[in-house]
Amino acid sequence: MADARRTVEAVWRIESARIVATLARMTNDVVLAEDLAQEAVVDALRQWPESGIPQNPGAWLTAVAKRRAIDTWRRRERLDARYRAMAHDLPRAGTAADAGEPIDDDVLRLVFIACHPVLSREAQVALTLRLIGGLTTEEIARLFLVPVATIQQRIVRAKKTLAAAKVPFEAPDPTEWRARLGSVLGVVYLIFTEGYAATAGDHWMRIDLANEALRLARVLAGLTPREPEAHALVALMELQASRFGARLRADGTPILLADQDRGRWDHAQIGRGQAALARADALGRGRGNYALQAAIAQCHATAPSVADTDWARIVLLYEALGRIAPNPVVELNRAVAVAMATGPASALRIVVDLADAGALRGSALLPSVRGELLARLGRGEEARSEFVTAAALTGNERERGVLLAKAAAL
Amino acid sequence: MKYMLIMRATEAARQDYDKADINEIIEKMGAYNEALFKAGVMLAGDGLADSMADNFVVDFTADPPIVTDGPYGETHELFSGFWMIEVASKEEAIQWASRCPLGPGSKLEVRRVTEMSDFGEAADNPVLAQQELWRAEGGQA
Repeated sequence: MADARRTVEAVWRIESARIVATLARMTNDVVLAEDLAQEAVVDALRQWPESGIPQNPGAWLTAVAKRRAIDTWRRRERLDARYRAMAHDLPRAGTAADAGEPIDDDVLRLVFIACHPVLSREAQVALTLRLIGGLTTEEIARLFLVPVATIQQRIVRAKKTLAAAKVPFEAPDPTEWRARLGSVLGVVYLIFTEGYAATAGDHWMRIDLANEALRLARVLAGLTPREPEAHALVALMELQASRFGARLRADGTPILLADQDRGRWDHAQIGRGQAALARADALGRGRGNYALQAAIAQCHATAPSVADTDWARIVLLYEALGRIAPNPVVELNRAVAVAMATGPASALRIVVDLADAGALRGSALLPSVRGELLARLGRGEEARSEFVTAAALTGNERERGVLLAKAAAL
Repeated sequence: MKYMLIMRATEAARQDYDKADINEIIEKMGAYNEALFKAGVMLAGDGLADSMADNFVVDFTADPPIVTDGPYGETHELFSGFWMIEVASKEEAIQWASRCPLGPGSKLEVRRVTEMSDFGEAADNPVLAQQELWRAEGGQA
């Protein structure tokens, strides 16, 4: 029985997006589609242990869900043309899963809806992992370290919102396409960064979450192959994830980039990241937000050591990034790169300007960097004060430990 | 979790292959590879050449080792291609492997790729760290 459950979960992971997209195409109702798909999964859990795993599990689930849809309509006595058409199509359900392009278009529509602007960020994340990622509610809850009920409620609310807003099963208007795609990429990257540097709790990283995001990004790049930023997002994640093996000591304390053993970086993954960035560049439309970030990550990934890193190039990339997507974190990172390229004094000016502007208030980032620069300038007392401030602001146990250790060393 | 899918073809399967429509085979394999890519699980994959001229065997029963022509093992156990996929469970690997468009006489040997975490205390082993560097120099993508 345990094997059957795990197999059903594996099938759901592989097929969920296509199944729900097919049903949404049929019913024009994403919420209903998801409900039907879930009921089919329950049927599978009951029947497959006895009857065995079907030859084409995705088609089986789709057919069962379609049958339920028709039964529901029949009960509601909606003897309209649509019902008759569905009933007629049912015998061909076994081959429906073989469709290529049309299914992809529908999966992409589903992605846009899972990340629809009417939904909260949390809802977008939960729905994306559920419908596109094919995760169970339990799996999502475990990844975010929240109770299962919390995720269940989030998904229920999301579905109610979509229904109330009467969100149609359509791709965004061409005029909104770029913005909506940006939003989708943002949701996927949010899932990744939550894993890459956990903001709460004792875990510095949650690799599983990051890997789920990476898979979602690859799926998205496959659905939108002519979008450079989709490939660039894959590149950025592969390059950042390549350092996972080097970021933690055996006792769980974090190791910063400058101190990492680069022999532990996943060089196959770096290769994949570089290939993805090359795919983005090959589309010949220049580098956007994620591509520039990926290019920066590439500078680090291909450098044999901190000292041999092309810091001047990284500064240029941060400047470009700051022009197309200005934000204080980018500016802060630029300061760090400037410190490496030309020295801490000019970098400190950038950081002080940020602090004076009230940027990043409440975040440990700014005082952390400021402390680092002051320490390098030999201003120990001020540096220690900044590290202590930063330690008090961080929500991550491990990071707090690192900062307090730095303060104590001065 | 990473799994390697290793194709093994028997002589019977190879004969079927020679008789079959090459375009149909390419199309089916192409569709399978595309499915792996689109699902976001494909990490690597390649076919392995058959030619006796290119392939050789290194036998370590002697020192120095003996180099001979030809692929390793009996002809009915030829390793003719591989994939590396990233999945969340063994069951997911089973699903993908089962969907490979191979015919009677062919087998897929599927093995989990060990990761640093498998080695536990040995993770600090400098030899293992060197292996990673070696891979980088070998340009393994």
